[in-house]
Amino acid sequence: MSALLEARSVGKRFGGLDALMQVSLGIERGEIYGLIGPNGAGKTTLFNVLTGLYRPDEGEFLFDGAPLPVGEPHRVAAAGIARTFQNIRLFANMSAVENVMVGRHVRTRTGVIGAVLRDSGSRAEERAIHARSLELLEYVGLAGRRDESARNLSYGDQRRLEIARALATEPRLLALDEPAAGMNATETASLRGLLEAIRADGVTVLLIEHDVKLVMGLCDRVAVLDYGRKIAEGPPARVQRDPTVIEAYLGGALHA
Amino acid sequence: MSWAAKDLGDWVETAKRDPRARWLGVALIAVALAVLPFVAGAVGGRGWVRIIDFALLYVMLALGLNIVVGFAGLLDLGYIAFYAVGAYTYALLASPHFGIHLPVWLVLPMGAGVAGVFGVLLGAPTLKLRGDYLAIVTLGFGEIIRIFLNNLNAPVNITNGPQGVNRIDPISFSNFSLARPVEVLGIDVPSVHLYYYLFLALALLVIFVSLRLENSRIGRAWVAIREDEVAARAMGINTRNIKLLAFAMGASFGGIAGGLFAGFQGFVSPESFILMESVVVLCMVVLGGMGHIPGVILGAVLLAAMPEVFRNTIVPVQQQLFGKIVFDPEVVRMLLFGLALVLVMLFRPAGIWPSTTRKRELAS
Repeated sequence: MSALLEARSVGKRFGGLDALMQVSLGIERGEIYGLIGPNGAGKTTLFNVLTGLYRPDEGEFLFDGAPLPVGEPHRVAAAGIARTFQNIRLFANMSAVENVMVGRHVRTRTGVIGAVLRDSGSRAEERAIHARSLELLEYVGLAGRRDESARNLSYGDQRRLEIARALATEPRLLALDEPAAGMNATETASLRGLLEAIRADGVTVLLIEHDVKLVMGLCDRVAVLDYGRKIAEGPPARVQRDPTVIEAYLGGALHA
Repeated sequence: MSWAAKDLGDWVETAKRDPRARWLGVALIAVALAVLPFVAGAVGGRGWVRIIDFALLYVMLALGLNIVVGFAGLLDLGYIAFYAVGAYTYALLASPHFGIHLPVWLVLPMGAGVAGVFGVLLGAPTLKLRGDYLAIVTLGFGEIIRIFLNNLNAPVNITNGPQGVNRIDPISFSNFSLARPVEVLGIDVPSVHLYYYLFLALALLVIFVSLRLENSRIGRAWVAIREDEVAARAMGINTRNIKLLAFAMGASFGGIAGGLFAGFQGFVSPESFILMESVVVLCMVVLGGMGHIPGVILGAVLLAAMPEVFRNTIVPVQQQLFGKIVFDPEVVRMLLFGLALVLVMLFRPAGIWPSTTRKRELAS
């Protein structure tokens, strides 16, 4: 069986800066795939190109064998890729449960007429949206905070809420941009449990992360980006010993 | 600062939970609304009923703009253009101007539809704009519509230019015209009262549609776009369609109000649709409580009635006291208006009646 997601020589330039060059990688079904690299290596750019927020200058993504729509985030979400953001982007003035309910948008159909007439079909759909959203809040451990405005949640809870909202779109690939950033050790440990549960439920996970312990312990494979290029890929233990990776992180310290 | 609104909100919540209190509340409001024109007419004459009629039109306008500005967060400074489109659609299709006299049940929905199309025409080129940039484009759009109406009298006379369209058909349903007073159970019901009931019915319809949309998949998508457009797109919301839908829905409410205005006045001219009117409707939304339907209704009623109430009270009071008019409220109207804005923004920045932390009970 082919990879769930395959990036084929993806390139992205910003003016004179090559943010991504010839990046190719394949993510297998059911794995947790880490994307690491120093700051400014192009990890988030790769996410943005993948999820349609940016258009790639070269290359393409194949998702489940079919090319992903380019530059149309809503169609990427419909295809089954959901993401979170490095700098949390929740709907701040909506409650926790409403945030998750927005995630159901792409899998539901009620339009203006259904909303106004509230026929039995739209009522049933609305109930299902609400019920599923509560389930997801419970799943990520936020059941008790359903009516709290997203802006009032703690940092760790906001990260979890973003994951719940992403899961509401029924993704086959969940792309998380630094989910553990700013979390303390306890929060990181419980995040790890959550990600393992998500994987166990059959969702493939793509993870950008700086927390080395988390990446090493959780990911099946990792790719390392440096200056827009993929410089290594493989199981974490092997990548950790790769001299090019060490050099990228320590900046030529080996030659000193 | 927000204790009053909170108490009111709590009280409303409690009342909603008790079905008897709820029905009693609805019944009281219904009776009050039914007798309102007679009370107002008895106290202040037909002029007051007319003011209430206009206030209802403004409620519809403010709720329409609330969809665009309050829900979807798209700042629109040219909203009155849709009111104009609705009014002219009615005026041109039901007046001697072209000799066309289409019935109301046809021409009002057409006004809403044409305004909706104009909403999409405004929305489509401005999809990537937000905030102040969008405000400037919409402001220009509103002026363009008004200037077109002003100048489309040559070479082919379509709008009759600055003179406007005259002798527009009053609103009537088959043989029953709202322009003629009727006698019901021995009570004289004048024309303004009849218009009141029609406007009230349509305002209630607009409120109903607004409320239903707010608590729906579509309403949530609008708010999501307001809160964070990038995240909304990443969550699978087709922001282009959902924004155009907001423009179209908001515009169609304006179009209905415009049609009613044309039929009520019997006369429309470009002067009624100046930038200041867009600003006033926006103030109703902002002062009342952006995105909160009861707040917006309150804002519309207050701002629509306030200048007229001033005119009808301050002038006679001055004549009584001094025997002449010392200051004309019309002169200081804008001053008072500005003062009200400043005070509200200082002391209640979220509006007079903002939404409390939304505790929605969606389970039904």
